[in-house]
Amino acid sequence: MTVKHLRGLLLLPLALLLGGCHLVLLSPSGDVARQQSDVMIITTIIIALIIVPVLIAIGVIAWRYRSSNEKVRHDPEWDHSPQLELVVWAAPVLIIIIVGAISWIGTHQLDPYRSLTRVAPGKPIAADTKPLEVEVVSLRWKWLFFYPQYGIATVNQLAAPVNVPIKFKLTSDTMMDSFFVPALAGQIYTMPGMQTMLHAVINKPGQYKGFSANYSGAGFTDMRFSFDGMNPQDFKDWVAKVRAQGTDLDRSAYDQLRQPDRNAPVHYYAHFESGLYTRILNRCVDPGQVCASQMMSADAKAGHAMQGMPAPADHVDAPSSGNAAAPAQAAKTH
Amino acid sequence: MPEAMPHRAAIWNFLFGRLSLDSLPFLQPDLEGRIVLVTLIVVLIGGLAILGFVTKKRLWGYLWHEWFTSVDHKKLGIMYMILATVMLLRGFSDAIMMRAQQAVAFGPHMGYLPPEHYDQIFSAHGSIMIFFVGMAYITGLMNFAMPLQIGSRDVAFPFLNNLSFWFTFWGSILFMVSLFIGDFSTAGWLAYPPISELQQGPGVDYYIWGLQLAGVGTLLTGVNFVATIVKMRAPGMSLMKMPVFSWTTLCTSGLIIATFPVLTATLFLLSLDRYLGTHFFTSGFGGNIMMYINLIWVWGHPEVYILILPLFGVYSEIVPTFSGKPLFGYSSMVYATVAIMIMSYLVWLHHFFTMGSGADVNSFFSLTTMMISIPTGVKIFNWLFTMYRGRVRFTVPMLWTMGFLFTFTIGGMTGVMLSVAPADFLLHNSLFLIAHFHNVIIGGTVFGVFAAVNYWFPKAFGFKLDEFWGKVSFWCWQIGFWVAFGPLYILGLMGVTRRLSHFDNPALQPYFVVAAFGAFLIAIGILAFVIQIGISIKRREAYAVGNDPWNGRTLEWATSSPPPDYNFAFIPNVHERDAWTDMKKHGYQRPMEGFNTIHMPKNTAAGAIIGVLSFACCFGLVWYIWWLAVVSFVGVIAVAIAHTFNYHRDYHIPADEVRKIEHTNSWQPDTAEVRA
Repeated sequence: MTVKHLRGLLLLPLALLLGGCHLVLLSPSGDVARQQSDVMIITTIIIALIIVPVLIAIGVIAWRYRSSNEKVRHDPEWDHSPQLELVVWAAPVLIIIIVGAISWIGTHQLDPYRSLTRVAPGKPIAADTKPLEVEVVSLRWKWLFFYPQYGIATVNQLAAPVNVPIKFKLTSDTMMDSFFVPALAGQIYTMPGMQTMLHAVINKPGQYKGFSANYSGAGFTDMRFSFDGMNPQDFKDWVAKVRAQGTDLDRSAYDQLRQPDRNAPVHYYAHFESGLYTRILNRCVDPGQVCASQMMSADAKAGHAMQGMPAPADHVDAPSSGNAAAPAQAAKTH
Repeated sequence: MPEAMPHRAAIWNFLFGRLSLDSLPFLQPDLEGRIVLVTLIVVLIGGLAILGFVTKKRLWGYLWHEWFTSVDHKKLGIMYMILATVMLLRGFSDAIMMRAQQAVAFGPHMGYLPPEHYDQIFSAHGSIMIFFVGMAYITGLMNFAMPLQIGSRDVAFPFLNNLSFWFTFWGSILFMVSLFIGDFSTAGWLAYPPISELQQGPGVDYYIWGLQLAGVGTLLTGVNFVATIVKMRAPGMSLMKMPVFSWTTLCTSGLIIATFPVLTATLFLLSLDRYLGTHFFTSGFGGNIMMYINLIWVWGHPEVYILILPLFGVYSEIVPTFSGKPLFGYSSMVYATVAIMIMSYLVWLHHFFTMGSGADVNSFFSLTTMMISIPTGVKIFNWLFTMYRGRVRFTVPMLWTMGFLFTFTIGGMTGVMLSVAPADFLLHNSLFLIAHFHNVIIGGTVFGVFAAVNYWFPKAFGFKLDEFWGKVSFWCWQIGFWVAFGPLYILGLMGVTRRLSHFDNPALQPYFVVAAFGAFLIAIGILAFVIQIGISIKRREAYAVGNDPWNGRTLEWATSSPPPDYNFAFIPNVHERDAWTDMKKHGYQRPMEGFNTIHMPKNTAAGAIIGVLSFACCFGLVWYIWWLAVVSFVGVIAVAIAHTFNYHRDYHIPADEVRKIEHTNSWQPDTAEVRA
């Protein structure tokens, strides 16, 4: 294989890249993802400052000191140099101090639990802005979105007005999934009996891809949803459409919905039973189950919480049907 | 809780547990059944051919007495290498199937693998590559080279060494059996709950018991090596005069001792959940999946350093040897290794920044992760300065090392990108992550293994490996790696996540096709490696070398190639680092008279027998064949106790015999031409 072929092979991916594919992680449409992306790009450049010279030096030194090259000075005894060793330790230390500081600041600023302070660079959030609240439940293998402020719910479609902060509360019915809209913000796990949170904002109207980024069994590949960033008027119209076309989400409808299936279509719910999300989170959707929150408060008071608990269901056969107790801190609503 | 048994007469359930004809995938008429059937036929033909050959050549006795029951660290090391190579072929077949599926499964085409099958393949690929390829290779290398490097006659516990091998071997057999009897786990290589708790059938149980066997074997190896290095170094070899490969072996073994019990305990808790219906990792009754994920990574992160440290040692032997210079900054190198060993315990949470631990916790683990790149960077610089003002000979081991330096450095860079927590929220679980860890595991561990095989093969067998096919293998791997994983980096930046078996967006397909082509190039690289070994064996007369073909610097080159059972007729006295270079400088002459009797450990069948019995026990547990599990477990205990009454564990090689061996062994100093 000649060098020419070799280079062709190496350049092939790059050529395809230039063919017009969208590197969403490098040019996202939401402010949070953009900041995360900026952190990634800046740190990459800083690390490259040391990596690229090292890569060049590897090639140059190895070739220059090849055994057949008699024009260079060989020194077969030279094996240490305090000055050089100081540099060898100091150079990576310096780089890591810089990158570490960026990571420390970025991790705190972009903490998914932290409320947003701006919707875009230079656009702080007005004092009277109310974030859009969305409660997310990952099911096998689809997504359920509650809009408590509007009393509606949807399956596999998430919509939000542009430039309005969105506050997600997330949990899962059975599996551990990861809620991810690359254009919007970094991902966050969803876990049964536990709640995670995410704050984000979308800045450009458009249809974006959302999916689970954590493998959860046979239907995982199809566990996708559409995330629609909309102008405020379009969002209003969309809510009206959901109300007009939607069905009712009560416990029995939820029981239907939670059955595993692949490629579930988009579905609208005009109403949902009040407190359904909290019941899912506390694993007490079925009548007669003790909610984890009640269990924990009873535990905290007296420690006799096991009384009145239903007979344990076999967790292997019916993972999502019974277990009332949930990890202590995890299920508390934030 | 154990699952329901098949509906049939109770006696069948007693005898066969939940094993029935329905459990045999190759009897199913679907595509998966066909694939397994063809695989089974190929394996049977291959297996029968090997068995027939061994029988025809009357090799059974030889294999049993000289290899299977051997407690010789060199032979055990070679057996580990063979096991790892066979498992590499298996794990790589899985990789090719995954690449093929992802290259074709677009839009209306669902590919040839249904998700249930695809999920088994990536789970098997990951766990086999880590446990039975990576671990087996490094254990093989450490076994072969470390005792020679420290000037010892064997490891501290030779029988334990043999037992460790058989545990690993039978663990791998359990994985292989899952191909043809039942199915394999679909829970990924780390068996995260809830999938690993919810999956019915024997798949996850195969995973658990296969890893339990291999894990115990590895733990015993770690104990053995630490004891060996602490107690059995040649006189004069203080720790700071020890070769760097032995240092990395010591640190790796320390990591093994501290982390493998965590793996064993975690898998044990998981099996309690599965077998007895406990609730350690369920999402109810006080259980918590997060606990499993933390525990498994408390083992899992040090594990990746277990996989890389010995190869850092290999490079630290190869670079000085082929630069004709001592290693630059030996003390730095040792401290860097120790720093990596300690810090590898403090980074595990970076595998799940996205679980919602909070900014302070994430920042802490982000910083520790970055800090671990400091000693790693120091190592790269030290290898660089070792070449500086040296005379670099681009032999095959050195080529692999150069490939490592380029590839691993770039992998280190993408690793630091992933360690930045805000960036990780975007990159986590994406194909970028997949590309990154293959970048460091292939670029670091696999390239290192090939470098080491080419480097130490003449020591193990007395002849060199073919250079041409070695270079073909190197270039195919090197180019194939970038063609296979370059597209995955790009796909990751396009927001494509891992473990998908089908895609909607046709624009992604070219990338996966290129990646599949890269995997094909790597396949040629593996084939070239097999050809390299085959041709070299065939031409062993022509490729024969002396005891020190590379102008080596450490003690393994001070003895014959292959070394005699006792390694050194006289244990060398060590005065300097690079002890063999020092001896050569002072005009060392190998003594040919005045030999003493040598005290050696005796071969024993106990390890092989315990291995078979523990396999039977685990197979019984997988299929709920309780009588088999109980009987074989009692058997394991009985053989172990019986072995303690075996007082004929050692023998003496008489001085005359040693003299004869030393005189007939090819003690030829290498000429300069051979060395070049």
